[in-house]
Amino acid sequence: MAIKSPPNPAPILTSLQPAKGKLTSQLKQKLGFGLLTAVSTFTVLPIIALGIFILVQGIPSISWEFITGYPREGMRAGGILPAIVGTFYLTLGTAIFSVPPGIAAAIYLSEYAAENRFTRLIRIAMINLSGIPSVVYGLFGLGLFVLFLQFGSSILAASLTLSIMTLPVIISATEEALRSVPQSFRVVSISLGASRWQTIWRIVLPQSLPGIITGVILGLERAAGETAPILFTGAAFFLPRLPTSPMDETMALPYHLFVISTQVPGMPVQIQYGTVLVLLVFVLGMNLTATVIRSRARARRQW
Amino acid sequence: MTTTRPTSTQNLSLEKVLSLFIRLAGYLSVLYVSLICLFLLKEGLPALREVEGESLLGRVWYPIEGYFGILPLLMGSLVVTVGAALIATPLGVSTAVFISEVAPQWAKEVLKPLVEILAGIPSVVLGFIGILVLSPFFRQAMNLPTGLTAFTGAVLLGWAAVPTIASISEDALNTVPRAYREAAMALGATHWQTIWGVTVPAARSGILTAITLGLGRVIGETMAVMMVTGNAPVVPEGLQALFLPVRTMTATIASEMGEVAKGSTHYHVLFFIGITLFILSLIFNITAFALSARKIKRSERLLS
Repeated sequence: MAIKSPPNPAPILTSLQPAKGKLTSQLKQKLGFGLLTAVSTFTVLPIIALGIFILVQGIPSISWEFITGYPREGMRAGGILPAIVGTFYLTLGTAIFSVPPGIAAAIYLSEYAAENRFTRLIRIAMINLSGIPSVVYGLFGLGLFVLFLQFGSSILAASLTLSIMTLPVIISATEEALRSVPQSFRVVSISLGASRWQTIWRIVLPQSLPGIITGVILGLERAAGETAPILFTGAAFFLPRLPTSPMDETMALPYHLFVISTQVPGMPVQIQYGTVLVLLVFVLGMNLTATVIRSRARARRQW
Repeated sequence: MTTTRPTSTQNLSLEKVLSLFIRLAGYLSVLYVSLICLFLLKEGLPALREVEGESLLGRVWYPIEGYFGILPLLMGSLVVTVGAALIATPLGVSTAVFISEVAPQWAKEVLKPLVEILAGIPSVVLGFIGILVLSPFFRQAMNLPTGLTAFTGAVLLGWAAVPTIASISEDALNTVPRAYREAAMALGATHWQTIWGVTVPAARSGILTAITLGLGRVIGETMAVMMVTGNAPVVPEGLQALFLPVRTMTATIASEMGEVAKGSTHYHVLFFIGITLFILSLIFNITAFALSARKIKRSERLLS
């Protein structure tokens, strides 16, 4: 009884069948990846285009007079020195009011706090703070600092308002940096007889410093570019001199840009582009510094 | 011995002071949130007494004549936010999937810093670009009487929300265990099928968190939206309203607070709008928090 071989090589055919199906799914994959590439390119290309556009349009208006001069002829000529200095002061003030408490709060969350209901409350408060719209911070600053505490519209009130907005950014970045220090470092330090504070001050903080600095700069970067929180707490429409005390109002780059692009008719476009360029250099320069610090620290890190 | 003892007690007291400072700083966030609630309520609640509830929900916002209907502003924010979400979600999620799952290393290193730069561009600069480039472009392309419309705002804010959605979604995709992908591939799925059949569903709650937080950003966005949406407080009706000027809640506060008398009805109503925004942002953030908390619980269950 001879074994009948199957009339047609069915096994081969069925093994071909999925291969055929696979071909279409391969094709689908190619199309899909193509689409993803296109969408991602479509998303980031405008960023590059924007950068080049602003550089090309803005550079011709940058001059020594533009950087160091005062606005003239209803801001339609002259420089933007008061706005540059104002943004510098506001960023500095924000740093003073947000960096020490921010780092301290992060140390508390990472090194002291137990995972209990209070800690959860702090975390919910932080999430809440980081989500509040910037203009609501402006309202709050107006209500508390300008009116209730009678600081008036001033650098002090505006810096305090910005510092509350910046606080959650600094806390979460610092906490992440602190937590990334290996637990064994702390254990060794304590076992050698150091107190908790000595361990934090001599071991944990130095090891996490690059991460903390990066977080602080990114937080301050956001504050430097913000307009809405300072609208009613300290920004001046036009000020022909530099502020002399923390109780003075001040011009600021972002608000100045808003003013000259919407509130002043007949504004020469050159001054607008120049202002945008200076603001972007200020803000993205901070961004770049943070990125460089972070990548250098990562390269050097031994754990 | 005698010389070290005083310094060590000194250190001890210094340590106590520092620990106290650290503890107090820890509670600072709670204090600030409470203060924000308190002052918004203090300045905003009188609006409910000064303006009748019916009028506050009315369709006319014309403060000079005493019409304080916040409906047009609420609808304005809604139109812009929904529009921005429809643009930002596909762009953001695709970019995240591309960066995390598909792109070669060199492309990742180009894309990630660029997305970070977009996140760092101040809102007022986006508004400036909107006025100078985007709005004239849309006006000509679609033959509109003005380019300062809800649509322009939605496009601009949608684009600006991409970094939030992309970076948080990317984190979520990165936390999907490698074993999931390997198992899918071993069963014969293509890379593409693995991404949409396994990786993205596994990161679903993280991606939803990302979208929710992105939306929270959009609804609170102030300067850009004020500069490009044309500042017309009318109730948007029908699809064509997308191509007409609107006015959001944030823009109303920002453009009117500078000129009102402190303590007037108008002032209180603007704070009342602030309360509304605060509650909306609270809802978005708590939702996002709950979504991500659920994710942790489930992944713990799966991996243990």
